[in-house]
Amino acid sequence: MGAAEFVFPNDHHVAWSIMIVLYPYITGLVAGAFIVSALYHVFEREVLQPVAKLALVTALCFCAFATLPLLLHLHHPERAFNIMFTPNATSAMAGFGFIYSFYMLLLLMEVWLVFRPELVDRGNSLPGLPGAFYRCLTLGVTKVTRGSAMIDSWLIRALAILGIPAACVLHGYVGFLFGAVKANPWWSTALMPVIFLASAVASGIAALLVLYLWFCWRRKITADADCVRELSRYLWIALIVAVSLEGLELLHMAYESGPEWHVLQTLLTTKLSVSYGLFQVLIGSVCPFVLLCIATRPQVPVALMKKLSVISGLLVLIQVFSMRWNVVIGGQLFSKSFRGFVEYQLPWEGREGLFAAGCVLVLPLLALELLSRILPLWNETERLDQAGE
Amino acid sequence: MTHELNIITNNPESETCQGNCCCSNPQEKECGSHESNSRREFLQTASTVILGSMSLTLLPMPVTNSTAGNADDAGDQEPGTATSEEKTSNNDGQVWFGFLVDIEKCIGAGKCLTACRIENNVPAGYARTWVERYVHLKDGSVRVDKVPEQGYAGSNLPDVDAELVERAYFVPKLCNHCSDAPCNQVCPVHASITSPEGVELVDPERCIGCAYCVQACPYGVRFINPETNNADKCTWCYHRIMRKEQPACVESCPVGARVFGRLDDPNSELNLRLAEVPTHVLKDQLGTNPKLRYVGLSGEVK
Repeated sequence: MGAAEFVFPNDHHVAWSIMIVLYPYITGLVAGAFIVSALYHVFEREVLQPVAKLALVTALCFCAFATLPLLLHLHHPERAFNIMFTPNATSAMAGFGFIYSFYMLLLLMEVWLVFRPELVDRGNSLPGLPGAFYRCLTLGVTKVTRGSAMIDSWLIRALAILGIPAACVLHGYVGFLFGAVKANPWWSTALMPVIFLASAVASGIAALLVLYLWFCWRRKITADADCVRELSRYLWIALIVAVSLEGLELLHMAYESGPEWHVLQTLLTTKLSVSYGLFQVLIGSVCPFVLLCIATRPQVPVALMKKLSVISGLLVLIQVFSMRWNVVIGGQLFSKSFRGFVEYQLPWEGREGLFAAGCVLVLPLLALELLSRILPLWNETERLDQAGE
Repeated sequence: MTHELNIITNNPESETCQGNCCCSNPQEKECGSHESNSRREFLQTASTVILGSMSLTLLPMPVTNSTAGNADDAGDQEPGTATSEEKTSNNDGQVWFGFLVDIEKCIGAGKCLTACRIENNVPAGYARTWVERYVHLKDGSVRVDKVPEQGYAGSNLPDVDAELVERAYFVPKLCNHCSDAPCNQVCPVHASITSPEGVELVDPERCIGCAYCVQACPYGVRFINPETNNADKCTWCYHRIMRKEQPACVESCPVGARVFGRLDDPNSELNLRLAEVPTHVLKDQLGTNPKLRYVGLSGEVK
């Protein structure tokens, strides 16, 4: 008689569902997109100028909805602010409210400063309601002088510098939430915050690449080839770092072969064989690695380079989502008895269902679409140049 | 926040003059000299109070009888009921509870399971306590099953050929009430708390239902109660033990396999048993220091 499976009674219920998959996914996009904007504002990578504003606004839109999956997950969402009113200093999760608020404030300030000249200009020039709306957005500061522009520029740079460690903390912290759970051998590793951070950067760059090319296609203008190629290079590097770290973690677990390895091995080869083996490794890691390797070669025609880049971007987004899924859901598919496995069926309906998850993912994109109509994300001269051609 | 407010407002010193001013009666709640305080002094005092209040929110919350325990446990405490120290403390007032499970005695009767479910309104599909049957076979494999509530005898647990069995035993499981409880550590809102008697509880008024404690518990004893939407777990029947009664599972066990008592009382049955036989804890390597100990614990039991 072989050993039968045994699951602790309470382990049959997967406590963290799709919403806890989306939470690190969305915060990762925020961190990654912000880092791209910081590459322009802090490290003066002028080639990224076409996406600098888009990166910042994308980060803001996703950040604005980062708490939504958590609220949908909480069984007492009406008590959500307890996390800030009565925080437990020993809890990693208690820091969320403060870290998130700080980062959101930082993003709002930077976005306002970056767009201030245009807001003032539109506020002063547009008549009627649109003008009043833009005058409201100026917060009463209706003049841009040479001196104020210099101060704004200095502040933008300072906020971007501050934002880099803040982005790392925001997302490294999310990884820490999982890495610090010693009860779960699939999560409990010091590498987890670094892995989350690396994949966050990859997902942010990928999202930006896809969004930039989509906006260009929709506006019927030619995307800046140098910018796309540069983003593809960064994406390639970020992907290599992220996947290497993920692989190292797994290799380390396998090589150590600790007491729970037999469970994790079975988990990978059965429950996660599709989401890990197929989506995270093959489709999400190997394919974009090869495509980006081709796309970043200088002799590749621009049109092909852009196509390869956007496909790679989409695949990397799938990779990072799969990684989040495999960590969050995968970590709950085995019992803490280490003798049995659990089934998880993602429901269609309900607060933690597939439809709600789709809404959570679409809402930041709708916000981005709205903001792209309110804020001047693009150089108008760029459009005129295109028309002239 | 209720706790902090109580701490501040219950302190008589916070309302009375401390004699630092010129008033003759230090017990007066208001004195004329306070009106002449400079703005700086006022700001210093105000900032001290505000910062002090804020820092209190970062401290582990002391548990009070009014909020202790899961929803059902706390709600049962009648107004005017004596506090824990009045009812169960020893001379030095340091009550400290512990629990012992004797695997060698357990017969898998399942009485404890029914008693717990009825006593604590545990919803179907969840468990505050359960019993596992371990069967070690001669080929080296181990078979583990969950004993149903009607008990092992007469259940539909699969029979194992006695010829193949090396040894078999039952293991009751419940909250380990760890001294270094990971659930307490990770709870973001101080809803997972330790009572003054060392019992791990959930504050039903604070819990946000994030389930981080469920993930952090290595023993799988926590769950989100679908009726209350709070984290739920065994409380050693806190509402009963504060009335000097035994937990429902202990009371219902026909063979005395579960022993509950005071660790601070050297003459308690629990301490006498602990002195008699070597005991072990589950998942010792995790360093959670459970107050639930086992007699006859095999290394196969997780």
